[in-house]
Amino acid sequence: MTAGNVGIVIVSHSPKVAEGAADMVRQMVGAAVPLAWAGGNAEGGLGTDVAAIMAAIDAAWSEAGVAVLVDLGGAETNSEMAVEMMEEGRRDRIVVCNAPIVEGAVIAATEASGGSPLDVVRRTAEELSPV
Amino acid sequence: MNATSHPTGGSAAGPSGADAGEAGARGSALLTNAVGLHARPSVKLTQLAKSFAAAIEVGLGAEGPWVDAKSPVKIMRVKAGKGTVLHFRAEGPDAAAAVAALVALVERRFDEEESGHGDAP
Repeated sequence: MTAGNVGIVIVSHSPKVAEGAADMVRQMVGAAVPLAWAGGNAEGGLGTDVAAIMAAIDAAWSEAGVAVLVDLGGAETNSEMAVEMMEEGRRDRIVVCNAPIVEGAVIAATEASGGSPLDVVRRTAEELSPV
Repeated sequence: MNATSHPTGGSAAGPSGADAGEAGARGSALLTNAVGLHARPSVKLTQLAKSFAAAIEVGLGAEGPWVDAKSPVKIMRVKAGKGTVLHFRAEGPDAAAAVAALVALVERRFDEEESGHGDAP
C-alpha cells in the first residue's frame, strides 16, 4: 500500500543526479513509496528551484509525510525554504534529512516501504552520516 | 535450513544466550549469489524482515554478533560476501515464518538472476 508510506523527494543541483537517484530508488526499493525529484534551476542550468522543490513535495505527498534528500548547500537552503512555503498543515510533516543524497534516498525509501513513520525514516537515513 | 519453532508459553526466563530462544526461531542459509549481501539484496532482506511482526536479527555466525534485520543501514554494513553463512534468529508470534521466509530469500539468491557469467557451483 503506497497511501500510508512516507514519500521521498530528491533535490539535487543536477537534474541528472536527481533523476538517476530516483531511478535507483525505484529499481531497488520498488513502487511502494511515493517518489519525486527536483533538479536544476529555473533556467535549466545547475542549481535548485524553490517552486520545483515544492512541486516535487506535492507530487510525492503522503499523509505520513515526506522526507527530502538533498545534495549541497543551496539544495538544502532552498528545500528548507520550500518547506516553509508549503501550507501550514503539511509543513510539520516534511523533513530535510542530513544524509548523503543517493544512499540516503535508497535507505529512506527502504525504511518507508516498510511503513515506518517519518521520524524513523529520517533517523535511518541519518544513520548513514559519519558520527 | 532449520527453522525451529517452539510452542509458545512457558517462558522460563532463560537469559538470552546462545541457546535457541523460548518462542523464537532460528535458521541459516548460505549466500550463493555472486555479489553477496550487497545493496539490492540488503534492501530486499530488510523489506521482507519488516513484513513480519517478530524481532529479527542477522548474524555472521551462530553466536552473532547480531544486527537488526529490519535496519537497512545495519544490514548493508554487514557486507557479507558469497560463501558466507547468514544466521537468522527471531522472537515473536510469527518468528518461525519470518526465519523461513528469510532463509528462502537467501536460497533463492534474492531473486536476482545471475545472467551469463558467474561460476555458480
